Amino acid sequence: MTIDRATALDLYRVMRRIRRFEQRSTTLFGENKIWGTIHSYAGEEAIAAGVCAHLRNDDWITSTHRGHGHCIAKRADLGKMYAELLGRETGYCRGRGGSMHIADTSKGNLGANGIVGGGIPIATGAALTARQLGTDQVAVSFFGDGAANEGTFHESLNLAAIWKLPVIYVCENNQYAESLPVGKAFATDDIASRATGYGMPGVNVDARDVRLVYAVAGEAITLARAGGGPTLIVAEAYRHEGHYYGDPQQYRTKEEIELWRVTFDPIINARAWLTSDGLATEAEIDAVDREVDEETEAAIAWAETGPIASPITPEEIYASY
Amino acid sequence: MQRDPRILVMGEDIAEHGGAFQVTAGLLAEFGPDRIRQTPISEIGIVGAGVGAALTGLRPVVELMYIDFSGLAIDQIVNQAAQNRFMFGGQARVPLVVRTQGGSGRGNAAQHSKSLEAWFTHVAGLKVVMPATPADAKGLLAAAIRDDDPVMFIEHKLLYRTKGPVPEGEHVVPLGKADVKRQGSDLTIVTWSREVLFALEAAATLAADGVDAEVIDLRSLVPLDREAILASVRKTRRLLVVHEAIKRGGYGAEIAALVAEEAFDDLDAPPRRLAGVETPIPYAAHLERGVVPQVEDIVRVAKELVG
Repeated sequence: MTIDRATALDLYRVMRRIRRFEQRSTTLFGENKIWGTIHSYAGEEAIAAGVCAHLRNDDWITSTHRGHGHCIAKRADLGKMYAELLGRETGYCRGRGGSMHIADTSKGNLGANGIVGGGIPIATGAALTARQLGTDQVAVSFFGDGAANEGTFHESLNLAAIWKLPVIYVCENNQYAESLPVGKAFATDDIASRATGYGMPGVNVDARDVRLVYAVAGEAITLARAGGGPTLIVAEAYRHEGHYYGDPQQYRTKEEIELWRVTFDPIINARAWLTSDGLATEAEIDAVDREVDEETEAAIAWAETGPIASPITPEEIYASY
Repeated sequence: MQRDPRILVMGEDIAEHGGAFQVTAGLLAEFGPDRIRQTPISEIGIVGAGVGAALTGLRPVVELMYIDFSGLAIDQIVNQAAQNRFMFGGQARVPLVVRTQGGSGRGNAAQHSKSLEAWFTHVAGLKVVMPATPADAKGLLAAAIRDDDPVMFIEHKLLYRTKGPVPEGEHVVPLGKADVKRQGSDLTIVTWSREVLFALEAAATLAADGVDAEVIDLRSLVPLDREAILASVRKTRRLLVVHEAIKRGGYGAEIAALVAEEAFDDLDAPPRRLAGVETPIPYAAHLERGVVPQVEDIVRVAKELVG
């Protein structure tokens, strides 16, 4: 699949936006402005960017506790995201949800999810809606390697396969389920081969290169839109940060982290191919970086001026009571 | 389903078989396999699919064959369906009905006979409905399907055999409204589900002995019709709560506490609870009968209360 200049630059911009969002979230957390916990998506940007580039606003996604990247790739407003992390009324969830529950239903984002594997059946149900209403919408469920060992994974993939639902399951193998390395959680090194057991295509893709993710996702989404049913995509990535902000990471070495951060960085890689393929100059890429940094600071500034979350009212808990 | 094409039904054995208790019999022929979706045995998968479908515009009715199986689906009920609206700052609606049935009395033993309504009343964001009569079953189910919140609709397996008048055509019983099934002046019996029938039978016996019991069928546990309970207790000055679920942590404690907090000075006697014995439901018929309140138990405790 050839990628034109505009698409290539957009993929880069989205990845860079995610990375910057995470960097600044971390500093805000360090300044005690963010409460609770956050989980960085740094290193995995190519997955959200490469998949969501094919989605329309009326397509759905379900996300994970590590959800900032999916949210941004689904074109969320950075200011409303930061406002949520800062517990403001102007946040996506009015300060009720925080990092692990950001949703933007106007863009089809059915929410980050604090339960591992919790979003998988929900995306399956969204795809069922498309089927029932006869639309060509698709649903994408993002989840980690850890979730691939949850019951929801197995039940949902089977259901989608027997009903040929327009859903794409994107397993983000970032090498660790919290602290458990994939080698200790799977007796196979080919997670995508599980798809065969459910009767759907399964594809492994190297998420160091956003072009590869973009290509594989494009095929799966086209297939789903045309009524061809679900696909399992397993994207190989590396989680640059700990499971959560402040994770002491006793389960992996500093040497491993330093090496993999450099060798497994989709943004560094994207810079290389953008220039080597003549799609953009270093100066043009630097300009994107500057624009992203500026919009991020503007988003934070806007978020910090928002009013704190208002008191809870009963109609938030029940639509009617 | 005739009036709203967004409604679909999902569950195990619900199509040709008509459901384990024949509740969906005939629906497949009328509405076809796209709207009467028989599923594999995948409780969390189908409840979760119901949550996703509800979030995106459908009105799914998902059947859990036994409430005892709800543990297999509990995350999607509790962490997802119940909380999405709140967690997302009001962006979401989850018009999902989980239809299921519970209760003992058929020799199905411990894993197919529990009364677990208290679990669900403890979750903010869920509504809990338990019909006792055929007419209420129809009217409450219609209301539950039209409601924009997730509803646990809990039937009782022995009530499927009961008969009663059912209004033809449109019949909607609003959620959160209790029904005074029998007027009385000497004590208030608050109950729900199958125990409503037991309480009415007990009230007839009590009447013969000169005790005039009022029987309130809650119908909805959440929302709770607090006013109906308090008004009745202020009239009769005595409260007896009866339920099949075990007493410890049961919803009867909520009713008794409500009355103690709000109407203590109106009471002539401490509130009483008559509930299931704190045991898994046993198999043998005589043992099974012995662990849930029977008509004669209600009569006995009611007499103690007014005596």
